[in-house]
Amino acid sequence: MKIAVCVSHVPDTATKVNVGSDGKSIDPNGVTYVLNPYDEFAIEEALKTKEAVEGEVVILSVGGENNKETIRKSLAMGADAAVLLKSEGELDSFQVARALADEIKNQNAQLVFFGKQSVDYDNQIVGQLTAGILDYNCISVAVDFKLDGDKIIAEREIEGGREVVETTLPAVVTAQKGLNQPRYASLKGIMAAKRKTIEEKDAQIGESMVSIIGMQKPAPKQPGKIVGEDASAAPELARLLREEAKII
Amino acid sequence: MTKYKSPDYFNLDSLHSEEELLIRSSIRDFVEDKVLPIIEKNYQDGTFPQELIPQMAELGVFGVTLPEKYGCANLNNIAYGLVMQELERGDSGLRSFASVQSALVMYPIFEFGSEDQKDYWLPKLARGEKIGCFGLTEPDYGSNPGGMVTKAEKVDGGYILNGAKMWITNGTIADVAVVWAKLNGKVKGFLVEKGFEGFEAPEMKGKHSLRASVTSELIFQDVFVPEANVLTKSSGLKSPLMCLNQARFGISWGVVGAMMACYDSALNYSKSRIQFSKPIAGYQLIQAKLAHMITEITKAQLLNFQLAKLKDSGLIRFPQISMAKLNNCEKALEIARISREIHGANGILNEYPVMRHSSNLESVKTYEGTQEMHTLIIGEDITGISAIDS
Repeated sequence: MKIAVCVSHVPDTATKVNVGSDGKSIDPNGVTYVLNPYDEFAIEEALKTKEAVEGEVVILSVGGENNKETIRKSLAMGADAAVLLKSEGELDSFQVARALADEIKNQNAQLVFFGKQSVDYDNQIVGQLTAGILDYNCISVAVDFKLDGDKIIAEREIEGGREVVETTLPAVVTAQKGLNQPRYASLKGIMAAKRKTIEEKDAQIGESMVSIIGMQKPAPKQPGKIVGEDASAAPELARLLREEAKII
Repeated sequence: MTKYKSPDYFNLDSLHSEEELLIRSSIRDFVEDKVLPIIEKNYQDGTFPQELIPQMAELGVFGVTLPEKYGCANLNNIAYGLVMQELERGDSGLRSFASVQSALVMYPIFEFGSEDQKDYWLPKLARGEKIGCFGLTEPDYGSNPGGMVTKAEKVDGGYILNGAKMWITNGTIADVAVVWAKLNGKVKGFLVEKGFEGFEAPEMKGKHSLRASVTSELIFQDVFVPEANVLTKSSGLKSPLMCLNQARFGISWGVVGAMMACYDSALNYSKSRIQFSKPIAGYQLIQAKLAHMITEITKAQLLNFQLAKLKDSGLIRFPQISMAKLNNCEKALEIARISREIHGANGILNEYPVMRHSSNLESVKTYEGTQEMHTLIIGEDITGISAIDS
């Protein structure tokens, strides 16, 4: 069985990002990009599934030349093949989903893993849109996954607990932290990845439905205020919390 | 999910290949996830975290530069150095384990061993199924290993070994010891296996340094070593010294990891510790210390980078390795101590990695050749006159 994992190349969450000169994109200068952390869970689950049922894991990523770094890491973890769906500029979630769906169909992958969201734009929707376009079943925010023949039993994280769901292949599963413990890329895996080729083709993207018109950093935090230093300040503190901060 | 970003003041990352950076990041992730959360306890308890051995093997950190046919990754020396650096950012004990397994056990078997020895031992050592140690230093022969008194005598079907070794990393937990002994007055290598009659490896206790590492004595009392366990291609003191050069190279890189840990901790601490009107990082005396630290780290990184390039090209000369080992260990200890000063009293707590690194580096500065011996190696190299009595 062919298993696809869709990965994105995102700014490291530790990086301080700035808005670019056009006012609607991230300035890439000084930004470290990494494999989207949730995608690591997706890759691990695909590899575990492959080891259990035999198959092939193919990595798909939409973006520019720089995405190859993330693709290499995915290959180093143990994926077998990769396709870079080339595109320039910002795409909306639907465009990304369309490009991925097109290639998933082309690859005839029956099982597709995504990270539950990319930590850059946080739309948390590309996996579900892709499933919709392909008419695949979809389980999102999975924290447990079992495949038995073409039946999937998974657990999803929901408010206050977990729910157990069942569906059948073909399916899209989006991975949440806790699904597994992603393996480290081994030294041998890294060297083996060097010998694997990354297939490149132009992404099939349609019209955008959402466009970014502006981007801004959060307003700087207001400095704190010292109301007093002993118990006599309590009434004033309570008043400010109620009337100004409006939190009590 | 916040990733540690190491100091790179001179943009050396731009000189690394994509694979080298990926290797560094993989080992770094392992150290962050698996080593840093547990290592202080191991250090306090005086135990080596043996449960990490299979995981390190899985990552491929044993015998990094050896051929793939033995289950190794066949990487260049930059990659090997980066692995050592990242492990030592965790703890010098962890790096010591990997150094011994790779440079002092797998390397001599690969370099001086028979095909059978290589086929049998190397894959098992690479997979971490077998652990090795290296016995050269003796209680009375440290800087002068040529004076060793451990002796081998030829008997029917093998050799009888008598003598004792000291300061042996991994000794007690090792399945095989690469032991150097005099055979007819000439140094020769032997593979002494756990369980050989008359062979004991008691652990040395009472260390204030390298506490998360096993250090042992090796005692040989009429130990019979079969013919098949001789490292036939080893010849004279040069052979163990070749191994030490491999290990010293790893130390030169490793201690930069310790420097990074101490610098990073000092930088963060000084930016959040407020005394008088502002964070102490804003005061000139602290800035001078931090500037000195980052400068020395950058110099050590540059030294290591070119050292690895020389090693890869085959043009390296051992005094160059001595210079890197000498400089980097000295500066690492200096940085650890300055970092402790910046942390004030907090610097002695295990909440910060500083005192642990500082104590470890006392050993690292001494083992595999003291500062003094490396100074004399360089001295002889530039003057042509040996300062050591022969």
